[in-house]
Amino acid sequence: MNPDRSERPKALMIGGVCVAVVLLGWWVSSLSTDAMRMPSPQAVIEAAQQLATTGYAGGTLLTHVIYSMKLALFGFLVASGSAVVIGLAMGVSRTVEALIGPIIAFIRPIPPLAWIPLAIIWFGLGDGAKIFVIWFTAFVPTLINTYTGVRTIDPTLIAAARVHGAGTRRLLLDVYLPGAAPMIFAGLRVSLQASWMALVAAELIGAFYGLGRVLMTAAQDIFPAMILVAMLAVAASGALMTLVLVQIERLSLPWLRRPR
Amino acid sequence: MSDGASETGRRSVGLTALSVLSVSGFLGIWFAVAQSGLLPKMVLPSPWDVVTAFQHSLYTPFAGATMSQHLVASLGRFLSGFLLAVALGVPTGLLMGWFAPFRYAIAPFFETFRFIAPLAWVPFAALWFGTGIGGPILIVFSGSFAAAVINTFQGARMTDPRLIEACRTLGASPWRLIIDVLLPSATPSIIAGVRIAAALGWQSLIGAELIVASSGVGYLIVQGQGSVETPIVMAGMATIGVVGLLIDWALRLVELSVTRNWRGA
Repeated sequence: MNPDRSERPKALMIGGVCVAVVLLGWWVSSLSTDAMRMPSPQAVIEAAQQLATTGYAGGTLLTHVIYSMKLALFGFLVASGSAVVIGLAMGVSRTVEALIGPIIAFIRPIPPLAWIPLAIIWFGLGDGAKIFVIWFTAFVPTLINTYTGVRTIDPTLIAAARVHGAGTRRLLLDVYLPGAAPMIFAGLRVSLQASWMALVAAELIGAFYGLGRVLMTAAQDIFPAMILVAMLAVAASGALMTLVLVQIERLSLPWLRRPR
Repeated sequence: MSDGASETGRRSVGLTALSVLSVSGFLGIWFAVAQSGLLPKMVLPSPWDVVTAFQHSLYTPFAGATMSQHLVASLGRFLSGFLLAVALGVPTGLLMGWFAPFRYAIAPFFETFRFIAPLAWVPFAALWFGTGIGGPILIVFSGSFAAAVINTFQGARMTDPRLIEACRTLGASPWRLIIDVLLPSATPSIIAGVRIAAALGWQSLIGAELIVASSGVGYLIVQGQGSVETPIVMAGMATIGVVGLLIDWALRLVELSVTRNWRGA
């Protein structure tokens, strides 16, 4: 969706004008509509200040964000770590694929969020249930991409490495993993966004801290400005984590970097 | 030669056997653990309990309605939100692909909204549209919309520029250009996007029903959790999974028939 370099000033101008028009329209319409349905820009700024300084729903913005991000990242790491290992094994060995593939195909059609009630029965409202749900959400995208990445490696490369005497370990570290890395990272990005979404959903259903908790408390208090602030915080945190992952991808795959 | 073929044949039979073994092993372990009484029934009911709970829920209302009534409520919400997302998302994506100014105007909003998890709309959905039909529809819509737009947009930009030039040279009107060149070349990508949108919309609906709804399969499983009726929770999960598969299967049929027509022409 990025415009060409020559078009960029034009794109910025049109985009900027539109954003300004919408903001202005929001401000004007909030003067006349019910504040319980549509918060005014001033109310949103005040709510943001309240959340950032005095706190809301048991903590300030920073504590909620850190709490949610920590859980999401932990669940993401557990899920993607196991997915990369199992995906590599499935890609390398037909036997492992035949063993694990059908079970995954069996469980996969159930949407991850549908596991939330079961997770609560099994683990209660604490962190365990959330990590369980994140695991189910984030596992499949990385697994499938890792598996596909390994399977699409040029067989000549594998044969060449074998001919030159590479053992299983070298083959895994120097051929399979780097060969599949671009696909793995694409899967990781999907998994990360899915983890964040699953965490927010789980927090909406039951949590003691976190941005989902802020959203739910604000909904119960009928505090639309705070709802909007919490939504923006959810979006910004998700975008930030994706940005960091993209940077890590750039740093770890130097051979794919295009000259700018 | 024939030796090698029979060997791969034997190997693939072996692999299939392994797959059958793994699924039946999975079900067998589940059954054995549940039967052994190590875990209480409310933690791990046996597969048989789940089947019984499903049959039971077809006739006896649970959480206010029978399973089929919950399913009808869910499907109604899903279809409204999903069709709305496709009806608005496909034209938006096409316009974004064909007219750069429109793309520049939409892009900032799109890039912002993309990062808002569909379920984060739940409070506003409840506030604006209530918890009956409207609220969940908004959430299905916000789950499906982005996928419909992005895929359509990519499809709209995929047309070979030489084709467009050729048509212009031969004197095609803008309208004919759209109908005969731009739209057909975007269609496969649009349909792929519609399939992704359906899957995401169905997922979002279940999430929405867990939180704001008074009927639907998602509501059923969250009520089952409230009264620790694990068999009905699992029966609901299985129903959700099967219906999701059926939706995808129906759309794949549409995809196949449409792309076949395109290739035939």
